[in-house]
Amino acid sequence: MIDIDVEKHQDVSVVKLVGEIDAGSAALVQQKVLPLSLPGCKVILDLSKVAYMSSAGLRMLLSVYRQISGNQGKIVLVGLSEELTDTMSMTGFLGFFTVQDTLDMGLQLFN
Amino acid sequence: MDRIDTYPTHIFKEYNLRPGRPYPFGATPVPGGINFSVFSRNADYCVLVLFKQGESKPFAEIPFRGMFTRPMSGEPFWGDFRIGNVFSMVVFNLNYEEIEYGFRMGAPFHKVERGKPGFHRFDANQILLDPYARSIGGRDVWGKTPDWDNIFPHRGRIVFDDFDWESDRPLEIPTENLTIYEMHVRGFTRHPDSETKHRGTFAGLRDKIPYLKQLGVNCIELMPIYEFDEFEGSHKHPETGEMLVNYWGYSTVGFFSPKAGYAATGKTKDGTMVADELRTLVKDLHQNGIEVMLDVVFNHTAEGNEYGPTISFRGIDNITYYMLTPEGYYFNFSGTGNTLNCNNPVVRGMVLDCLRYWASEFHIDGFRFDLAAILGRDESGAPMLNPPLLEALAHDPVLAKCKLIAEAWDAGGLYQVGSFPAFGRWAEWNGKYRDTLRRWIKGDGGLVSDLALRLQGSPDLYITRGPTASINFITCHDGFTLMDMVSYDNKHNEDNGENNNDGANDNNSWNSGWEGRTDDPEINNLRFRQIKNAFALLMVSQGVPMMLMGDEFGQTQNGNNNMYCHDSELSWLDWSLLKKNPDLFRFFKNCIAFRQAHPVFHNRWHLRGQDYVGSGYPDISWHGERAWNADWSESSRLLAFMLDGKHAKGGTAEDNSIYALTNTHWEAHSVELPGLPDGKKWHVFANTGVTSPQDTWEPGSEPVLSDQQNIFVGPRSVVILVSRAV
Repeated sequence: MIDIDVEKHQDVSVVKLVGEIDAGSAALVQQKVLPLSLPGCKVILDLSKVAYMSSAGLRMLLSVYRQISGNQGKIVLVGLSEELTDTMSMTGFLGFFTVQDTLDMGLQLFN
Repeated sequence: MDRIDTYPTHIFKEYNLRPGRPYPFGATPVPGGINFSVFSRNADYCVLVLFKQGESKPFAEIPFRGMFTRPMSGEPFWGDFRIGNVFSMVVFNLNYEEIEYGFRMGAPFHKVERGKPGFHRFDANQILLDPYARSIGGRDVWGKTPDWDNIFPHRGRIVFDDFDWESDRPLEIPTENLTIYEMHVRGFTRHPDSETKHRGTFAGLRDKIPYLKQLGVNCIELMPIYEFDEFEGSHKHPETGEMLVNYWGYSTVGFFSPKAGYAATGKTKDGTMVADELRTLVKDLHQNGIEVMLDVVFNHTAEGNEYGPTISFRGIDNITYYMLTPEGYYFNFSGTGNTLNCNNPVVRGMVLDCLRYWASEFHIDGFRFDLAAILGRDESGAPMLNPPLLEALAHDPVLAKCKLIAEAWDAGGLYQVGSFPAFGRWAEWNGKYRDTLRRWIKGDGGLVSDLALRLQGSPDLYITRGPTASINFITCHDGFTLMDMVSYDNKHNEDNGENNNDGANDNNSWNSGWEGRTDDPEINNLRFRQIKNAFALLMVSQGVPMMLMGDEFGQTQNGNNNMYCHDSELSWLDWSLLKKNPDLFRFFKNCIAFRQAHPVFHNRWHLRGQDYVGSGYPDISWHGERAWNADWSESSRLLAFMLDGKHAKGGTAEDNSIYALTNTHWEAHSVELPGLPDGKKWHVFANTGVTSPQDTWEPGSEPVLSDQQNIFVGPRSVVILVSRAV
């Protein structure tokens, strides 16, 4: 259902997600991402290959965001499809996040 | 610390279970599982039926009573998941996003055939929707043809209620400060000219918040948004071929579920997402100072009469949920087939639970109750003096700051405008205000005394309740739009397919000289003037004004006064008219701002016609062609009043004085103005007798009147003046 791949770009952790994030897979993503939540961490979630995110997926994102910001870390979402952007906007989740179009732009933001 | 009730005690097939909690009713996520809880007084048998989303057959049926096995030993034993009349159990390890659920109920009663009277309508073959379902699937995208063979067309879904409201809470705007805008969620932005991305949805409405702010209203009242079935009673018009549907939605399928088809996210079939979309809309409206009121329909359900479909209530406990005649037929006080048994203690509890849910989980600011007189009838249909439901709502701790508004009549002939049991809380849609204002505007005589009462907040009706008990309106969804009120003498409902027999006949409208659309500039000018006259009077009346969406730019329904069945450009708000009629919009906007700017319009208590602060002027005084001499005769068609600024809000607020005059005579008149104290002069806020842009001014920029003694008032026009120091 979901492939999760974590890469390091210098001090930035890039989490590439491929598949759908729903109640079945959200917990898996969370398990992979939460260990990255160290003081001052820099995390990018690359969602360019995420075809669908359910409300459980959106909740997972918000709770990851809370964890990371609680640790004075920063999280950036990149590669959101128009549909995912719309969904996040309509359900009130978009406003919480820093969003960039591409991974490069996300990395630039941290540099 | 982990909870100790997160492990199973019972096993049924591959399902891990434990006894649930009766409260809250419905399906509630709990650690590791879902708590299902449903009431039935007369069922002796209940089964939870689980579907994978969209599948035609259930994947599991789990009884609330029967033989189970113990988790460790596998030993069989008898179990019963019931406390009192409530069946409740926890099922562990369900993917809550993937499942849809319902119940089967059985009881040892003779089965009642369709169309026959009867008290109990249990049928174990039928899968029933949970009356407390927080989300209902089956009509996920508006107008998408359903699978008519579906054995369970309206399915319960699970909703997470952990939305992040941040600091949002209901706004608690004082009732006297409200300007209500009644709207249909889909109709508001469905039109191709609405320029929103997700037309006809909660998200589309959210895109229009800047527009609502610009207009200046501070409360929107949404026509029904509880799950309903737009296909209920749907049929093709025999001549036009148009598919006629249940567009308005005054027919509830489930009281706890937002209508999925109103959400842009409905297509995801994710109940939590639909709820989040609505919550986000409410949160953003609140951030912009706009309250949200829901039009709620507790008088009947979508199950109809003896011939209607079994969806939920009638299969769960018919005799509890519905008012039945001694023969077992459905009482029909709603005019739609059945009547919810609102003063049965269990049903009363459901209504309370429902409103508390919307107030606490959706931050709804108030409720308007459709055909609310029914809520005051007892179980045999007789009106009660102290209806327990109305009393309970008025005193409820969670609803304590919500506005409660009654449509104070029903289809059974109970008309309670002015006498609705209010318990110090309830306001009413003031039908008498509507009728008097309409007749006055079209030029009927013999109305001047009645008009004076309506303009003052109807003290004849609400003497002990104050003007905030009066929701003043001239138009609402039910009837003509304001443009049609001045363009048609008669209704034109042929498109509804009922030979023009449906809809009200007493419209108190006047076509201004020609029935329907015309190119005659004189008639069109008169129509625009009449619209402005109506709205200006609404906005200077004591009480709470309510306007209909689109009246601010001349929305028309081509003379149709009963749009309940049209989902088309006939019913959708035509945003191109905003570009066509910017002057009208400007007039409305200025009137709303003017009302907001002046506390003399926001009185909590009735005016007295006396000077009790020593200003030298009574709080309200009446005038005619001669100042201080109103013409109260039968033939009078001119009336003016002055609100003394020093008496604003009972003398507790400082304001300018206001003079408002309405002339419905077809002749112009020269009118003497009441004098002002030294240093103050009359300034013109509005004069509908002159053309735009001189017809109205932005509050604060009103020009001084050159002649302070007399004003020339055009035929059929309204003049509003404001006193200011010069």
